[in-house]
Amino acid sequence: MILDTDKEYLEKKLEEISSILPEGIINKLKNSISNYPAQISKEEIDKIIELTLRDYSSSLIHPGEAAGVVAAQSIGEPGTQMTLRTFHYAGVRELNVTLGLPRLIEIVDARKIPSTPMMTIYLTDEFKSDKEKALSVARKIEYTRVESVVDSTSIDINSMAVVIHLDPKMLQDKGVEVEDVTKAIKKLKLGEFEIQQGEDEFTLNIIFQNMDSVTGLFKAREKILSTKIKGLKGIRRAIVKKNGEEYVIITDGSNLDGVLGIKGVDVSRVETNNLHEVEVTLGLEAGRELIAKEIKKVLDEQGLDVDARHIELVSDIMTRTGDIRQIGRHGVTGEKTSVFARAAFEVTVKHLLDAAARGDVEEFKGVVENIIIGQPIKLGTGMVELSMKPATR
Amino acid sequence: MDEKIIKGVKFGVLSPEEIRKMSVTAIITSDVYDEDGTPIEGSVMDPRLGVIEPGQRCPTCGNVMGSCPGHFGHIELVRPVIHIGFVKQIYDLLRATCRRCGRLKLTDDEIDRYVRIYSAIKGRWPSAAKRLIEYVKKMSIKAQECPHCGEKQFKIKLEKPYNFYEERKEGLVRLTPTDIRDRLEKIPDSDVELLGYDPKNSRPEWAILTALPVPPITIRPSIMIESGIRAEDDLTHKLVDIVRINERLKESIDAGAPQLIVEDLWDLLQYHVATYFDNEIPGLPTSKHRSGRPLRTLAQRLKGKEGRFRGNLSGKRVDFSARTVISPDPNISIDEVGVPEDVAKVLTVPERVTKWNIERLREYVINGPEKWPGANYVIKADGKRIDLRYVKDRKEFASTLTPGFVVERHLIDQDVVIFNRQPSLHRISMMAHRVKVLPGRTFRLNLLVCPPYNADFDGDEMNLHIPQTEEAIAEAKQLMIVHRNMLTPRYGGPIIGSAQDYISGAYLLTVKTTLVTEQELQTMLGVSDIPEESLAKVLEEPAILAPKRLYTGKQVVSLFLPSDFNFHGQANISSGARACKDEDCPHDSYIVIKNGKLLEGVFDKKALGNQQPESILHWLIREYSEDYGLWLMDNIFKAFIRYIEMHGLTMTLNDVTISSEASAKIAERVEQARSQVSELIERFNKGELEQIPGRTLEESLENYILDTLDKLRNDSGEIATSSLDPFNNVYVMARTGARGSVLNITQMAAMLGQQSVRGERISRGYYERTLPHFKRGDISAEARGFIYSSFRSGLNPIETFFHAAAGREGLVDTAVRTSQSGYMQRRLINALSDLRIEYDGTVRTLYGEVIQTFYGGDGVNPMLSAHGKTVDVDRIVERIVGSKR
Repeated sequence: MILDTDKEYLEKKLEEISSILPEGIINKLKNSISNYPAQISKEEIDKIIELTLRDYSSSLIHPGEAAGVVAAQSIGEPGTQMTLRTFHYAGVRELNVTLGLPRLIEIVDARKIPSTPMMTIYLTDEFKSDKEKALSVARKIEYTRVESVVDSTSIDINSMAVVIHLDPKMLQDKGVEVEDVTKAIKKLKLGEFEIQQGEDEFTLNIIFQNMDSVTGLFKAREKILSTKIKGLKGIRRAIVKKNGEEYVIITDGSNLDGVLGIKGVDVSRVETNNLHEVEVTLGLEAGRELIAKEIKKVLDEQGLDVDARHIELVSDIMTRTGDIRQIGRHGVTGEKTSVFARAAFEVTVKHLLDAAARGDVEEFKGVVENIIIGQPIKLGTGMVELSMKPATR
Repeated sequence: MDEKIIKGVKFGVLSPEEIRKMSVTAIITSDVYDEDGTPIEGSVMDPRLGVIEPGQRCPTCGNVMGSCPGHFGHIELVRPVIHIGFVKQIYDLLRATCRRCGRLKLTDDEIDRYVRIYSAIKGRWPSAAKRLIEYVKKMSIKAQECPHCGEKQFKIKLEKPYNFYEERKEGLVRLTPTDIRDRLEKIPDSDVELLGYDPKNSRPEWAILTALPVPPITIRPSIMIESGIRAEDDLTHKLVDIVRINERLKESIDAGAPQLIVEDLWDLLQYHVATYFDNEIPGLPTSKHRSGRPLRTLAQRLKGKEGRFRGNLSGKRVDFSARTVISPDPNISIDEVGVPEDVAKVLTVPERVTKWNIERLREYVINGPEKWPGANYVIKADGKRIDLRYVKDRKEFASTLTPGFVVERHLIDQDVVIFNRQPSLHRISMMAHRVKVLPGRTFRLNLLVCPPYNADFDGDEMNLHIPQTEEAIAEAKQLMIVHRNMLTPRYGGPIIGSAQDYISGAYLLTVKTTLVTEQELQTMLGVSDIPEESLAKVLEEPAILAPKRLYTGKQVVSLFLPSDFNFHGQANISSGARACKDEDCPHDSYIVIKNGKLLEGVFDKKALGNQQPESILHWLIREYSEDYGLWLMDNIFKAFIRYIEMHGLTMTLNDVTISSEASAKIAERVEQARSQVSELIERFNKGELEQIPGRTLEESLENYILDTLDKLRNDSGEIATSSLDPFNNVYVMARTGARGSVLNITQMAAMLGQQSVRGERISRGYYERTLPHFKRGDISAEARGFIYSSFRSGLNPIETFFHAAAGREGLVDTAVRTSQSGYMQRRLINALSDLRIEYDGTVRTLYGEVIQTFYGGDGVNPMLSAHGKTVDVDRIVERIVGSKR
């Protein structure tokens, strides 16, 4: 709380420091001072601003600080406290998601496909408040094969036909009509065949004209069962769930590119945990953000407190070269220019022999190399190159 | 002597000429020693290869053992053999070049173009250059006909590990190393370069060995085992094999033996040379010692965790270090370490004699190595090192001490040392402490520094390192000392702080009912170092004057706080029924400090605990310097311990014994849950159970049962804890965060609850049942590992078994996790080790690559920040005007 007469003064003061401090801090200062339960005088405003500046400048990181090692330790050290238990509920009972140490390892490994790919799909205004509408989107997304709506199948050698009994319950659950199934089967290239309705409306007789062997029929049945009726590849299940005010779709499996093309999906809010997919469809910057976000998610879930700056440093180094690189032999470390640094990490002999064949030069710039030959490293106090030679008397 | 800095190391392949040039002798005989045991000249133990026995002089360089670096010899291989490490390269080169003219199988124009591109990008984009080379190689391998000489090419086949064949029309034809060498020789330098090799330092044909270097004896010393038998190094054994086969091959060729025999011997030579380099080649039998143990040859020496690189170069064994068991000492400062006298007499610090310290150092020299504080060595101005153990008259020797000498004196109080506990997972696993020499045989440390080391005293050992140069000592003292590392860079909060009894003590002292007499106050303040003025002020006005002068605990604590400190916030006990959101708090769980006076609230884990960011302790350290933090740790926390010693705190059986009403309530609740579970099972059997979508019926049932039982335990815990006295010892510990949790109390007082393995109820063991005590197919709570008993009431044998099963999983889990997370951390550190902050605020690698343009986006060091915030505005406002609120 401040006197109305002091308001202008505060504005002026904040204007003065706006070039030094980030905008967020300035706004925060304004809010905190105006809304404080006690009255704040002019002198106190001065004091607060002075202290803010001092606090900021004394919090700045010092040149030479080994930011990388600190970041690595800050993420690695809590790793020992994490549970190994792989599965945890992901908001919905129906789905399990890898979390904890295995997920963290998966992220720094930059695996192409996570062990439990998952998406959270938000819907546009039109669809998000109606459960039925949300379900219709979910059904469009969910990958459905003939197999998943079939109750049983049989083979009729007499008429050389594959008989399919559909499960009406499943048809309804998946939102599939019998016509959808016939349409999908018709598109198949199985030679000449004809689809007839069987004993009831849920039975289909698929009669082959030129089929001469029973094994052919069996093969055809396999083909028919694995035919896609609708949905996106890779999405095994899509579940609609109420999230606060709106309905969201949570999927088992991920297909970002496909989901972005579905009507009703709020394209700006689609989430997936598949790093590679995000990198390919949305670009490297999005991939970088996602790495940091996913690491943060794992640590938060375990109740471990790690500063965001450390996590961002890891995601920055993983994406520095323009694609997502793994933390390890096939990525960041493997691409180091120093022979010794690579040899000291893994596959020692191969790196040495390759270096010999190529005639590489070890320049001793990095940390590992200099430790190997026992020279000071160029971090921290080792960074200083100016030295004084005292005159000897 | 000027300090030399290694600027670079150039890698390459030794040419045969070079091998011969650096060799002091050719090795020609496979016999090593003659009858009287002296090494034979021209054998692999030729004396010219270096000195092996102390006192001898090297016939080659004239140095004694230790200063003679050793010298190479060489073996002239009768027939060339392939260097096993370069098989891949040889294979590529053979396929990529013409079999007749040795040129790259690309037209001159193409070659010109690629050379131009290559030389342009080589320096700046090494990874792009690498890809170009791969492309050139691929294109050249593809070509069926040489564009230069028109020769038709045959397919080259590599039969692992080292046999090459050419698929000619007439069939497979083997390419001998001689043939291969001839082909590789023909490749012109320019083409070699375009294939990514360095023709100056590694010509392709050098990958086929015609001469083999014999390493100096110093790297393969023979050892004398008891009974005086000489045991040779593995490398020596291998070299002897090579020489022997080489000899035989030569004899066979000279004697004009049949082609077949010569080739067999040649193959054998190839095998021995290959295993000499690497004894773990897939597809080759490992070369074994007579005892059957595989030989440790060159590659094995370098490889792996115990290999040269990771075992001896990246990490080394060091002098001036000590290791022993640790034990607690609450009476030393947090930045001190208690060092046993025995250790202090062995570890030394070099101190240069000056006119200011000469008297003291003389004293040390006179005391000698046996009496502490003494000295072990003196280094004279001329660099000569005197061992004080063998100085007859130390008094006289001490008088010869002059400025310029260096005395390696014993460790004394206040020396700065580096203290470490493994696993060193973060940088605060190594901190500098000041030495305090104490009797006993263990290292002593203050309990408050346990968290950063993750140390306890159940047999933990720790290491001590003594910095030996002025620079190292200064850096340790300024940067690594404990109180400069009270805040962790991981999240920007104090990692050092109170735990266990310190928290209980703080709580018991600051709780509303606590009143201390003057005598008690003196006991507490007797261990503290409080400025007298502030002491006097408080002592003048006790909270209660008559009939006895009594002080509140809050008054006592306020003595230690700076007079301009303001704070508002919740305490740890502010939870559940005792939660408070503002200063209007009947439970005393909301802390208010104005102008350094604790007006309301209690001190517990949230106020002073370790690993509690944005706590009172954090603000005190951040706002009043680390030195103040150190003072706080050494004084206020000691007072807490004094108080708890006077007050007493223990745990009794009564603390976890609940009233009979409560147990009746729990029993009632248990019955209810039992019937719920059996109803669920019944419905499941009838098929009436509602299925959770995406789960099977069985899984759904499990889910429901787990939910029911989980609720049961929570409710029982609730019943139990609410029946306990809030000042019950165990409950106090749990509420204040000192030790234990409500769950622990529940398990002690009410019931253990569900035991789980892999997150499920225990279901394995016998056929369709967990134990033979149950009927088959019994899926009731107790048959699947639910424990109705509490620790207090005791477990029956079946429950004990389930508890042990769940406990075992925890142990396995820990064991697996440590190795996994250890590897992940090693990779992270290796990937990020080269980053540093530059003077311009950017983050770059030491190779110059920019990673971030401004560290973290705001340039703020998490360690110096207020729990990661750029600036904690609310806290700053609180600091200035908090007293007015």
